[in-house]
Amino acid sequence: MRHLAGLLVLALLAAVVAWFALSPQLGWWLPAPASTIAHPIDALFDGITVVIAIGFALVMMLLAWAVWRGARVQSGRARTSHGHLGLELLWSGAIGAVLVGIAYAQLPTWAALRDPNAMPKDGTTANVIAHQWAWRFEHPGADGQLGTVDDVETASELVVPAGEPVLLTLRSRDVIHSFFVPEMRIKQDVVPGRATPLWFTIERPGTYEVVCAELCGFGHYAMAGRVRALARPEYDAWVAETARARNTSGAEDAR
Amino acid sequence: MSAPTNEPVGCAMSAPTNEPAGRALSDHHAQRGFLRTWIITVDHKVIGIQYLVASSAMLLFGGLLAMAIRWQLAWPWTEMPIVGQLVFGESGRVISPAAYTALFTMHGTAMVFFAILPLLTGAFGNYLVPLLVGAPDMAFPRLNSASFWIFLAAMGLFLAGFFVEGGAADSGWTAYPPLATLPSAAPGSGAGQTLWLLAIVVLGVSSVLNSLNAVVTVVKMRAPGMTWMRLPLTVWGLLVASALQLAALPVLTAGGVLQLSDRIVGTAFYTPAGLLVNSVAPEVAGAGGSPLLWQHLFWFYSHPAVYVMVLPAMGFVSDILSVNARKPVFGYKPMVWAIGSIAGLGLIVWGHHMFTSGLGFEMGRAFMLSTMLIALPSAVKTFNWIATIWGGRIRLTAAMCFALGFVALFVIGGLSGLWLAATPVDVYLHDTYLVVAHFHYIVFGGTVLAVFAALHHWLPKMTGRALNETLGRWHFLGTFVALNCVFLPMHQLGIAGMIRRTADPSVYRLYEHLAPLNRFVTWSAFVLAAWQLLFVVNVLWSLRSGTRVGRNPWEATTLEWDAPSPPGHGNFDRDLVVDCGPYEYGDAAGARDFRPQARART
Repeated sequence: MRHLAGLLVLALLAAVVAWFALSPQLGWWLPAPASTIAHPIDALFDGITVVIAIGFALVMMLLAWAVWRGARVQSGRARTSHGHLGLELLWSGAIGAVLVGIAYAQLPTWAALRDPNAMPKDGTTANVIAHQWAWRFEHPGADGQLGTVDDVETASELVVPAGEPVLLTLRSRDVIHSFFVPEMRIKQDVVPGRATPLWFTIERPGTYEVVCAELCGFGHYAMAGRVRALARPEYDAWVAETARARNTSGAEDAR
Repeated sequence: MSAPTNEPVGCAMSAPTNEPAGRALSDHHAQRGFLRTWIITVDHKVIGIQYLVASSAMLLFGGLLAMAIRWQLAWPWTEMPIVGQLVFGESGRVISPAAYTALFTMHGTAMVFFAILPLLTGAFGNYLVPLLVGAPDMAFPRLNSASFWIFLAAMGLFLAGFFVEGGAADSGWTAYPPLATLPSAAPGSGAGQTLWLLAIVVLGVSSVLNSLNAVVTVVKMRAPGMTWMRLPLTVWGLLVASALQLAALPVLTAGGVLQLSDRIVGTAFYTPAGLLVNSVAPEVAGAGGSPLLWQHLFWFYSHPAVYVMVLPAMGFVSDILSVNARKPVFGYKPMVWAIGSIAGLGLIVWGHHMFTSGLGFEMGRAFMLSTMLIALPSAVKTFNWIATIWGGRIRLTAAMCFALGFVALFVIGGLSGLWLAATPVDVYLHDTYLVVAHFHYIVFGGTVLAVFAALHHWLPKMTGRALNETLGRWHFLGTFVALNCVFLPMHQLGIAGMIRRTADPSVYRLYEHLAPLNRFVTWSAFVLAAWQLLFVVNVLWSLRSGTRVGRNPWEATTLEWDAPSPPGHGNFDRDLVVDCGPYEYGDAAGARDFRPQARART
């Protein structure tokens, strides 16, 4: 047991390091980034991961050594020591510096995500309406304006152009939901009673899953949606096609 | 009372004696009968044990709920063997989506409010505070008893939720409106949620009484010579946690009353205008409230509650490390300052639960800064613990193993907090399993291991009998390994983007490859739960036939070890004077390697 205790701490260290080192290979890690903001967020995540790894390894090795030696040496008495101001200042300063560094490093990314001044002035707009337990999307249609007659409404799938800024306005009809697109690293709660802005730029055409991330009732787990990003020409074609479909169905209705 | 004193409050103290341990008034208990000894009592020790039994039962109950949650996540919508018929018979032995939401809501509530908080401030707070400061009882013994019975009433209200129409509350332990306030939004938001809120409000009253008692006891009833800077860190942890509850808990209680009013009277403190729930507009008067108001009020207490759940644990661990390393706690004053600053900063970091709520850019930045700040004192404490055992003569008692386990796992829980404190990273990780991993490392890896350490350390004082040390170490080893197998992979689940509170991850293509990981976690959780039987066996065996211990089995310095095991009514059988700090161990301690804090008053 005496030898085991120190070893147990080292085993924990080894297990954690191996586990985290293997995870990206096994795919149990960040999904491939799909938006421009995902890159600084991932960089921040990676940087903090390095700090965590160093801090963890350091503390575990100190702990393992202290336990291993302390459990082995049983003769005589421990030296009475009530503390050491210099040491306290040293580690407080070192930890403080790291924390200040992390705090400082994240400021620009947080601003890009949430500072109203960083909101794109022009970009494709769309409305997101959340309710138990589905997503509805309103697209601006051919005139590029929301709230006009040619708006295109879809269930479950948001269609946006890739490579350009997209500006969403999120609303909820009932309870709090959260618009989460893991591959885009964005998440924004949709609080009823307010219109919440959210913006991003998707890098490549593709389909990305929308996950509701805030508990919204027993159907919460199934409140899935999609973002379909199209290259500009395809997006324009999609808008034109929906307009044509609308005109045709409108003509049928009138008859 | 103007000065600290240990004059008895309403009960006579035994005269000094040289008789062997256990004399005092433990015989007296036998004469009073079971009812007067264990039920109708104002003795702080018995009240502590009452809390211990009640909150341990809730810990067990919450653990069983967790097993059902894990079953669902590993094998969604499959028939549960054995207990399935009994518990989920109506839905064909399968956990229904509504039952699942109730499961994790009640798991979280049971664990936070009815297991961990009362284990620390209720059980250990009541048992240890008077003994460690050298007082015969708490300052207000009757109030103390009242706080336990009010706690039990809250527990009853909480459990009653399972038996009402619509089932137990199912809007999460955070009870965010409008989901929680509008009965049409969720089945559990009917009578179940009303009972849940009543339970929280009643519990709030109990906890405030209990905290008040602890604070007054420490301030007013310390033994002669027990100056502030001679208090053991366990007392500091419990004192500051109690003060923190006094400062913040009334806010949650008030918030709970407002939510009750929204539900019962039809006010709209949290309900905005223009809702359409289940295609029907809810009937509320003058809708114009804000769902975010609840989040502020809730987290104003429930974030500090995290510190209430960990500060006493830090105190236990500091004491146990020092006793078993035969060395003083390294940097006593910095440790006290760290406890104080964690509590102070703990009051201004609640907004970090709301980074994705629409808090606003500047507010997010401010709460990020305060959150980064609070990491400092916690990290400083970790280094002080390592320095405490550095060069010690370590006795690997079961208590020591659990205390060391606390340090190792608290570090993991603390470090994963760095990801979450960084706002842009939190935007991604918020409400994913990384958060679940993070707080379980703090609350289970941290606090629960500290509670096991404290039980191994202090149960012999409570019962007069030793636990089996070998069995205790095996219990530690299995718990430590299984616990990491349960909670470590949750980091990966979260980093891969898996949200919490989902009943079925397989809905999303993104989570498909995580299924084996989820099953591994579930198997580990079953092992972890089963392994706890070792501890139950150990305690039962110890109660029946554990070796009798003397007053001071660990050769420790603090005052409780001067009392008989178990201490009688009035605690001490001689008048004590404290003439040194709590951690006089090692080569400078005198004739032996420790110097007790107290000597008899002459």
